[in-house]
Amino acid sequence: MNAGDITLADLGVGESAEVRAVGGDRGVARRLMEMGVLPGTLVRVVRVAPLGDPVEIRLRRYGLSIRRAEAAAIVVTRSAESGPLPSTAGAR
Amino acid sequence: MSGPVRVPLVLLAGNPNSGKTTLFNALTGARARTGNYPGVTVERRVGTLSVGGRPVDLVDLPGTYSLSARSEEERVAAQAILPSSGPGPDAVVVVCDATALERHLYLAEQIRETGVPVVVALNMMDEAEAEGLQLEVAALASAFGAPMVPVVARRGRGTTELLEALARVLEEEPKAVVPLPLDAAVAADVEEVALSVDAAWPAGGVSEARRPAVRWARALWTLLSVGDDELRDVPAAVRDTVEAVQRRATSQGRALDQAIIMARYERLDAITGAFVRVESPRSGPSTTERIDRVLTHPAAGSLAFVLVMGTLFQALFSWSEPLVAVIEAAVGGVQGLVRWALPDGPLQDLLTDGVVAGVGNVIVFVPQIAMLSLFIALLEDSGYLARVAFVIDRVMRGVGLHGRAFVPLLSGFACAVPAVLATRTIENRKDRLVTMLALPLMSCSARLPVYTLVIGVAFPSGQSLPGGLSVGAGALLLMYAISVAATLGAAGVLRRTVLPGPRPALVLELPPYRWPLVRNLALATWERTRTFVTDAGTLILAITIVLWAMLTYPKDAATEARYETLRAQADATLAGEPLQVEHARLDAEQAAARMEHSLGGRVGRAIEPVVAPLGFDWKIGVGLVASFAAREVLVSTLAVVYGVGADQDEESDSLRSRLRTARRADGRRLFTPLVGLSLMVFFVLAAQCMSTLAIVRRESGGWRWPLVMLVYMNVLAYVASLLVYQGGLLLGFE
Repeated sequence: MNAGDITLADLGVGESAEVRAVGGDRGVARRLMEMGVLPGTLVRVVRVAPLGDPVEIRLRRYGLSIRRAEAAAIVVTRSAESGPLPSTAGAR
Repeated sequence: MSGPVRVPLVLLAGNPNSGKTTLFNALTGARARTGNYPGVTVERRVGTLSVGGRPVDLVDLPGTYSLSARSEEERVAAQAILPSSGPGPDAVVVVCDATALERHLYLAEQIRETGVPVVVALNMMDEAEAEGLQLEVAALASAFGAPMVPVVARRGRGTTELLEALARVLEEEPKAVVPLPLDAAVAADVEEVALSVDAAWPAGGVSEARRPAVRWARALWTLLSVGDDELRDVPAAVRDTVEAVQRRATSQGRALDQAIIMARYERLDAITGAFVRVESPRSGPSTTERIDRVLTHPAAGSLAFVLVMGTLFQALFSWSEPLVAVIEAAVGGVQGLVRWALPDGPLQDLLTDGVVAGVGNVIVFVPQIAMLSLFIALLEDSGYLARVAFVIDRVMRGVGLHGRAFVPLLSGFACAVPAVLATRTIENRKDRLVTMLALPLMSCSARLPVYTLVIGVAFPSGQSLPGGLSVGAGALLLMYAISVAATLGAAGVLRRTVLPGPRPALVLELPPYRWPLVRNLALATWERTRTFVTDAGTLILAITIVLWAMLTYPKDAATEARYETLRAQADATLAGEPLQVEHARLDAEQAAARMEHSLGGRVGRAIEPVVAPLGFDWKIGVGLVASFAAREVLVSTLAVVYGVGADQDEESDSLRSRLRTARRADGRRLFTPLVGLSLMVFFVLAAQCMSTLAIVRRESGGWRWPLVMLVYMNVLAYVASLLVYQGGLLLGFE
C-alpha cells in the first residue's frame, strides 16, 4: 500500500469503488478474498453502524460488514458512477 | 467402494445462511441424530435418507464459507470431506443461495476439486426469480462440472429431483476432475507442496481415479490453511515446505493466497457471467434494505435494539419464572412422595436429597435454556442476530470481543448455563472461549437471593444514601456494576494473556431478512435442550449427589443418640403445640449439629483460617462449600447451620433475625455491613456454580478451560473480598 492510495475506509456512504488490493492480516485478507473481495470486484458502501463502526458494504449481490480497520487495508479506486449495484458477476 | 452392506455417506455442505439446515430438515423429515464431532464442540447432525430405494446417511456439516481451516467449523468440514485416513464421503451435496451464486459456488468449487462426486442444490430459486435473475441451470451445471438442481428448501420444492440427481451421482463411476487453471509459476509452487503432501498422507481409501485430484486439492488446501493456524495434524515436514514455498513466492512477487482464490473466482465469474442473466434489474431498494434503514438507523435502530434485547432479557428473567416454580414444586412433591413411600434412613435421604434434588438441579435450567435457544434461533434465522453484532460491535471491540458476544453476555445476567450455550454463534474458537470464560462474571439470577439475604441482614433498612436510594438498593446496584466491569475487564485480560491472538476481526455477512420457519425453530430449541440434559445434566446430577453426601456424612452416633434422648424427654413432659415447637427446635438443632460433623462441615472449619481474612466464619465457609451446587443454596445452608431449619428463604424473618444476632467467638457481631459487602463481592466474582463448569467442560471439549475459569474467578473473588474487608478495617469499619 502506498501513501495516497484510497482505501475502502475513505469512501462515504453510497460511494462505489473497484477493489485494487486486499492487504492487512493474512487470515483476514484470505477470508475477505474467499468471500469474493478480490482485485477487480465492485463494492459499494451501504451504511455505517450507529456507533460509527463497522461499515456495511455490498458486493456480489450480498451484504458484508467489516470494521474500518479492515476496510483501511483494502485499496480501491473510486468508480465514476454510484448507481445501483452491478451485475451478478461483480468482477470486471 | 467397499462391500455392499456399507451405507453410503453423503455430506451436506454450504455457506452459513444458505438454507442448509432447512434443506437437511426437509430431506430427512427432521429426524436427526445429534451429537458432536469427535474432540470438538461443533454440532453434528445425522439423518437417514432413501436414495434410489436404498438407505443413505446424510451428515449436516457446519456452515462455512470455505474449507481453509480458519475456524473449528472449517477444520471439521475439511476433515470430513478430505479425511486424513479412511474412505471419506461417497458424495457431497453443496447448498448454494442462487441469489449470490458465485460466492456460494466458491465452496462448491473447492469441494469439486477434491474429486468427490458433487451435487449442487441451487436454493432460494424463488427469491432469485423475484429479483429478476435468470439461471440457465443445465448450462451452469455442465460448465461447472457437477449436476445442479433448483430447489426451494423452505417449501420442500425440488427435493425429489435433488435425490434423483444424488442417486445418479452415487451410481456413476467417478469422472476425472477438470483441474483449477493456475499460472505456471503458481502451479510449480503447488506441485512442490503436493510432493510433501504425498509423503505425509498416503492416499489410503481413495480410488486410483481420484488420487491426482485429492493430492492437488490437499496441496491447495494446505497452502491456504497453514500459517498462523491452529491445525494440529499437519506434519512438521509439510509445514516447513509450505512455509518455504510461501517465502519464496513472496520474494518473487507472487501472492499465492490471492492467486489461488482469484483463479477460482475467475472460473466462477466466467460461468455465472455467461449463464446468469439479470432480466429486470430491481427498481428501488429491496425489502431487506428497507428494513435495514430502520433497524440500523442511529435512533430507530438503537431503540429497536434496546426493545429486542429488553424482551430477551425479560423472557429469561421473568417469563421462565412460573415454569421454574412449577419444576421446583414438582421436585418437592416427588421428594415428599419418596419420603412417604420409603422408611426413614440413608436410602430415603439419598433418593430425596441426592437423586431427586440432582435431577431437579438439571431440569430447573430447562425453561431458560429452551427460551434462550428459541430466541437465538429466531434472531439468527430472521437475520437480526447479524445486525445485533453490527450495531454493538463498536462497544465489544474495546474489550477484544466480537459483536456476536453481546447476546451471550446479556443472557449471563439471567443464567450462565444457557449463555454459555449461546456462544455457539461465535465462529472463531478463541473469541468463543474468551466470551465463555468471562460471562459467568455477569451477575446471574441465582446470585439475587444471596444479595437479598445479605442486604436484609447486614444493612440497616431505615438509612438511605444521598439521592434517596436505600443503602440496600445502592449495594445491589454496586454489585451489578462490579459484575459488568469485571466481565469486560476479564475478557480484555484473557484476550491478552491465556488466549492471545491476532486482534479479532469482524468479517460478518449481513444476510437478507427472512421469515423463520416454525419447524427449524422447534428443532433447534429441542435439540439444544436435549443435548444439555443428556450431556451436562449427568455431571450436574453426579456433583449434586457428591455434595449431598459431603454435607450429610459421616454422622456422629453420640449426637444422634443425644437427640433421640432429648426427643423422648420432650415426648414424656410435653404435649400438643408446645411439643411440636420443641420437636421443630430439636430437628433444626440436630440438622445444624449433623452439618457441623459432616465432611462439608469439617471442610468449612478447615478453611476458616483461609476465609477469616475476608471476614467470614466457618459457618459461612460451609455455605461456600455447599453453594457449589448453586449459589442460592447458600441461603438454605446458612439456615441449617444456624439452626433455623432448611425450609427458609432469603426473605424469612427467623433466618434474618438469627443471622443479625449471630456473634463471633469474641462476641462481636458477625454480619456487619462490611462483612456483608465482602460476602456479596465474593459471590459476584467466584466460580461457585458446578452447572456452569459442567456446561463449559462440554462446550470447550475438556476439563482445561473450566479449570482455568474456576481458578481465575476464585482468585479474583478472594483478592477482591480481601481488599474490601481489610481495606474496610483499615478505614475504621468493622
